[in-house]
Amino acid sequence: MLLIHCPYCEEERPELEFRNAGEAHIARSSSIAEESGEDFEKFFFIRSNPKGIIFERWRHVHGCARFFNAARDTVTDRFITTYKAGEPKPSLPKSASGPAAYANRPPDQLNVKRPRRKPVAKGEAK
Amino acid sequence: MTESFRIAGRGRLASRTARFSFDGTSYFGMAGDTLASALLANGVHLVGRSFKYHRPRGILSAGAEEPNALVSVERDAARRTPNVRATVQELYDGLTANSQNRWPSLAFDVGEVNDMASPLFSAGFYYKTFMWPKAAWKNLYEPFIRSAAGLGVAPHLPDPDHYASRYAHCEVLVLGGGAAGIAAALAAAETGVRVIICDEQAELGGAMRYEAGAAIDGEDGWAWSQASVAKLAAMDNVTVLSRTTAFGYYAQNFVGLAERVTEHLADPKGLPRERLWQVRAKRVILATGAIERHMVFADNDRPGVMLASAARTYLNHYGVAVGRNVGVYTANDSAYAAALDLKKAGVEIAAIVDLRDNPAGPLVDEARSLGIDIHHGRGVVGVGGKLRVTSMTIQPKAGGAARTIPVDALLVSSGWTPSVHLFSQSRGKVVFDDATKRFLPGNYAQDCVSVGGCNGSDSLAATLDQAWAAGAKAAREAGGKAGPAAAKPKADSGENFVGGMLGAGPGAHADSTVKAFVDFQNDVTAKDIRLAVREGMRSIEHVKRFTTNGMATDQGKTSNMHGLAIAAETLGKDIPEVGLTTFRAPYTPVTFGTIVNHGRGPLFDPTRRTATHGWAQKHGAVFEDVGQWKRAWYFPRTGEDMHAAVNRECRTVRETAGLFDASTLGKIEVVGPDAAKFMELLYTNPWEKLEPGRCRYGIMLREDGFIYDDGVVGRLAPDRFHVTTTTGGAARVMNHMEDYLQTEFPQLDVWLTSISEQWAVIAVQGPNSRKIVEPLVEGIDLSDEAMPHMSVREGTICGVPTRLFRMSFTGDRGFEVNVPADYGQAVWEALWAEGQKHGACAYGTEAMHVLRAEKGYIIVGQDTDGTVTPNDAGLDWAIGKKKTDFVGIRGLTRPDLVAQGRKQLVGLKTKDSKTVLEEGAQIVANPRQAIPMTMIGHVTSSYWSENCGHSIALALLAGGRERMGETLYVPMPDGPIEVEVCSPVFFDEKGGRLNG
Repeated sequence: MLLIHCPYCEEERPELEFRNAGEAHIARSSSIAEESGEDFEKFFFIRSNPKGIIFERWRHVHGCARFFNAARDTVTDRFITTYKAGEPKPSLPKSASGPAAYANRPPDQLNVKRPRRKPVAKGEAK
Repeated sequence: MTESFRIAGRGRLASRTARFSFDGTSYFGMAGDTLASALLANGVHLVGRSFKYHRPRGILSAGAEEPNALVSVERDAARRTPNVRATVQELYDGLTANSQNRWPSLAFDVGEVNDMASPLFSAGFYYKTFMWPKAAWKNLYEPFIRSAAGLGVAPHLPDPDHYASRYAHCEVLVLGGGAAGIAAALAAAETGVRVIICDEQAELGGAMRYEAGAAIDGEDGWAWSQASVAKLAAMDNVTVLSRTTAFGYYAQNFVGLAERVTEHLADPKGLPRERLWQVRAKRVILATGAIERHMVFADNDRPGVMLASAARTYLNHYGVAVGRNVGVYTANDSAYAAALDLKKAGVEIAAIVDLRDNPAGPLVDEARSLGIDIHHGRGVVGVGGKLRVTSMTIQPKAGGAARTIPVDALLVSSGWTPSVHLFSQSRGKVVFDDATKRFLPGNYAQDCVSVGGCNGSDSLAATLDQAWAAGAKAAREAGGKAGPAAAKPKADSGENFVGGMLGAGPGAHADSTVKAFVDFQNDVTAKDIRLAVREGMRSIEHVKRFTTNGMATDQGKTSNMHGLAIAAETLGKDIPEVGLTTFRAPYTPVTFGTIVNHGRGPLFDPTRRTATHGWAQKHGAVFEDVGQWKRAWYFPRTGEDMHAAVNRECRTVRETAGLFDASTLGKIEVVGPDAAKFMELLYTNPWEKLEPGRCRYGIMLREDGFIYDDGVVGRLAPDRFHVTTTTGGAARVMNHMEDYLQTEFPQLDVWLTSISEQWAVIAVQGPNSRKIVEPLVEGIDLSDEAMPHMSVREGTICGVPTRLFRMSFTGDRGFEVNVPADYGQAVWEALWAEGQKHGACAYGTEAMHVLRAEKGYIIVGQDTDGTVTPNDAGLDWAIGKKKTDFVGIRGLTRPDLVAQGRKQLVGLKTKDSKTVLEEGAQIVANPRQAIPMTMIGHVTSSYWSENCGHSIALALLAGGRERMGETLYVPMPDGPIEVEVCSPVFFDEKGGRLNG
């Protein structure tokens, strides 16, 4: 069981008191009704799922009930830091990051479509 | 029977005898014995049959790594524990044990034909053979294989024992109580920090149990360890746990320990059987030692073939000789020590066979000087005997003349494998040390450190140095005071465990067909592993799964490295290239009882009861589970079955009135200057213009546009809303609201409070409902003019404050009386007394479901499934058309959500009005089409409606609203049922009864 530091209670408490609430720093548009399909897709469906450091939301649901943010290494489950909702993404020391190849690739670089091969015209087939 | 293999003057057991039985035969052993040592004292080696081939098996080890000697231990019919390792089960007076996986007897087992037919049962045999016909797997092959192959049988009765649980915190947790663990604990304890040290055996001491050559601080190793443990146990800051296995190492130095409290007692005296310790440590010291490996050669599984260190343990600790004429087969020095100890105890050593060409050193010299034959550069290529080894056949490594030497036990050692299990579970990475051919701790992932045998230390002096330093450092880092005052323990002499070999020995080479076992517990031979590689398994994880090498209760403690070496050799790769399989918890088997602990029966999950639970019980209610709630399902009268009771309840509510406990509904108070703004954002409906005192049916969406929850919301004041949610949605709706309030709309000045448990809710529904409520209410005018449908008033009822809602989930005139939960039963009883005057009944959740379905009112989660939009459910009217934002507004415009042909809520009437459809049944247009049919919808709710006089059903149907009047079909096993699509409102379509 993990110990998680609640930035509001300023205390480490057992994981049982908390609930994960998905990836952090995904802001809802204030004019969401007019949002383009692509932007809504990014906002609602696309998540980075990194191997390494993830910024994610937690709720101290059986404690102060506040939502807050955390940076956690998905390889070791180690919490690098936790901070209050609304605070900017902290910059982390290089040593905190996991395997560089996977870590923290921004969502728009994920699920990159492979360039489709040019269809071969019938006559050209060898 | 007499203990003819017990050697007087050897061992450390007190001379108290204990009687026990094995397979019905009575024996004597001694207090302090394990079942294995007691059997060996009586000359019994044959204790089990193997998993697949039913080969006779003996005792391989003297510890937790035992793959063979699995027995069932029985206290009574409910307390029959299968697969107990005889090497760890302590003897108690009256212990009853039986062998497993044999019929009719251990010595004559019919299943042994599997051994002769073994060419048929090679690796991957199940996967390849039992493919056809498909249906036969479930009904024929699997049950047959499961009964033929296997281990012990679990009891059929519930577990009558109880288990305990403890949480503990400490600065330094030491896992393993050998010389290393003890030294580390001593160093840490001196600084005053809290120390916990645990060991799986009855007494701490580890390898000191058998290492006759060890001496520390002027005492022999065992005496030093016992004196040191006594010193530790006497310290206030130290907890010493014996019979306690560290089975799992989890994140942030959280370690699970299983303490066996009564498994060694003849009379458990009501103590818990086992105790689960969940320990959080600032620093962990891993002192888990090393495990000796066997040699891989033909028929190396015969009873009497045993690890050299095990034979030494039985001699030096238990005073038992494992044979009278013992052979030794080794590739390192440590087995020589076993031979020397036995020889000095008067046991004949037939010969030492050493795979090395030129073994040298003091132990070899001493063996020679005692006149023991040493055959170096040779291997054992086979053994005689079946139920017990009778001879060994030796041959030069390069081939040549073989020679047979009679033996009655054969000690084997191919070297030592450091126990990196817990280190690896801590997510540390092991590295392969090529010089010593073993995996050792490399990069650490947590605040822990390995010392001693598990860290590759080969000498006692180095182990003590390392452990002492690690203990002091861990304590200091965890906040201990300045360095320890006591002196570091010093090894006067010790033994050496370096060297050895991996993989198959002579005679078990690549194209041999002999059965040279790598994994005894799973009957995996060297040949099987080579076959797996030949059949295309390249990854060691695939080899493991194909052959089952390293699986089952021993998790390959003796076999993994051999298996890996053979796979690597066959692949033509180096061992580190092939890699190691993952170590997973538990280290040794842990009972479900320990894990589940108190959390069973009524304590498995909390039970929530409403204020009227007692009344409902007294009035014969049948309850149903709704989440954690117990809800009254129906109230049968004498002679009524469920059907009759529900029909009567439904009829009575429509004819006069009924009382229903709706307390389980979620209730949330939304308060603050921006309460209406917040409601506008969280619900699809408009709220700003809702007048205080009025109610509205609200729909909550997720951001994707699908219905998340619904409920009636009353506005009590401009800045105060009383929101109701579905019973199941109460917690998640609150979470959903808090999420948006805290993170997306933090500028809104709103407070959310869960009031679900504060208010009991009594629904009074039916034409006479006002007559029942009115006499009890003060300060509220209940007339239709003053309090129309969908309004809320505050006042008192029976002198108790109430929030009185005029609303209906039945379609008839209705009220929902909210009162403080403590008064719930009293107010219910008062309403009940009034209701009696009008012939009202109490009704349960089943009648509630039928009544609402008659009106086409949906239940979120039953008639919706997370893919239903308000439009699909016919609730478009509840969306505020002028609104520019609410959660889900963008999702609703997604192309798929506005496409034609979506599934829409409709009603279904069966052509035969008596037929009640099955909920979840599929709907098709043409029942004669080929299977798989094109399914165009499904039934979500279906009941017999007593009030309509026919069955009713709600369904989600593709393009449903365009299909009114169409005839469709619901295919069932007995043939298709003809249905007609209709409006989802079956009763009082105009809604006049709301004011009736």
